[in-house]
Amino acid sequence: MARVVVDVMLKPEILDPQGQAVQRALPRLGFKGITDVRQGKRFELEVEEPVDDAALARINELAETFLANTVIEDFTVKVESQEAGK
Amino acid sequence: MTARIGVVTFPGTLDDQDSLRAVRIAGAEPVSLWHRDKDLHQVDAVVLAGGFSYGDYLRAGAISRFSPVMETIIEQAKAGMPVLGICNGFQILTEAHLLPGAMLRNNHLHFICRDQKLKVENAETAWTSDYASGQEISVPLKNMDGRYVADEHTLDELEAEGRVAFRYLDTNPNGSLRDIAGITNAAGNVVGLMPHPEHAVEPLIGTGRTDGLGFFTSILKKLVNA
Repeated sequence: MARVVVDVMLKPEILDPQGQAVQRALPRLGFKGITDVRQGKRFELEVEEPVDDAALARINELAETFLANTVIEDFTVKVESQEAGK
Repeated sequence: MTARIGVVTFPGTLDDQDSLRAVRIAGAEPVSLWHRDKDLHQVDAVVLAGGFSYGDYLRAGAISRFSPVMETIIEQAKAGMPVLGICNGFQILTEAHLLPGAMLRNNHLHFICRDQKLKVENAETAWTSDYASGQEISVPLKNMDGRYVADEHTLDELEAEGRVAFRYLDTNPNGSLRDIAGITNAAGNVVGLMPHPEHAVEPLIGTGRTDGLGFFTSILKKLVNA
């Protein structure tokens, strides 16, 4: 079993009103000094087999064509744990 | 002789029945298409109706875009078959890369439901030939993810090629770049817009006007005269 994490974020130039709404709520909650918030998505993929280069390439393809819309979003793919057995 | 116009139902589609009605009122033969069926049943054109297909769970239109029926629609649209995407249908067309850009959450984060004035900027597409260029129409607008975005280069290209098909008038309801309400592909057979012409085809309901009927009479004329 391996866990692969795909993080998807709006590109920096794309307006993120959800992140802005979160940021505007912070002073009311007593959090100071946070100047910007961007909201994104995190996908945790549990993979049956250990993730080799070929599998990682497939997951990259999955992220690029489906999990992220590269017109508006950037993504990163990271193997988080690669343990055999349970 | 009339034309067969298909309307796709995905899980979560809401406006398929109104779209089928609009097709019938315009005088064409409505044909229901099912998302899991690759077969388009010899339709001459397709409408992707509004709603929340697959719950918009990943992004609006992102999961529908990979459904079996879309495989055939993408292939046929590239070969020239007319396709109209309304609201969620527009979102599916951008996700399928049949139209450029993408749709995001309204800039004010609220769901909108109201009548919206539009300017028809391109009256030469398969779906707009019954309008005059520059004509003002009013049809319902109802969505959560209606903010059209694309990079500056794409926007400039759309403007230069006359591919901005509709623009919001009076007010920009969702933060769409350059007030864009709808666009067309270069060939003019694939058109997408956020507002809902299919809800404005009878005087009794909707805006009380029939400003949306022109989409369906335009395509019928084109198909019958073809």
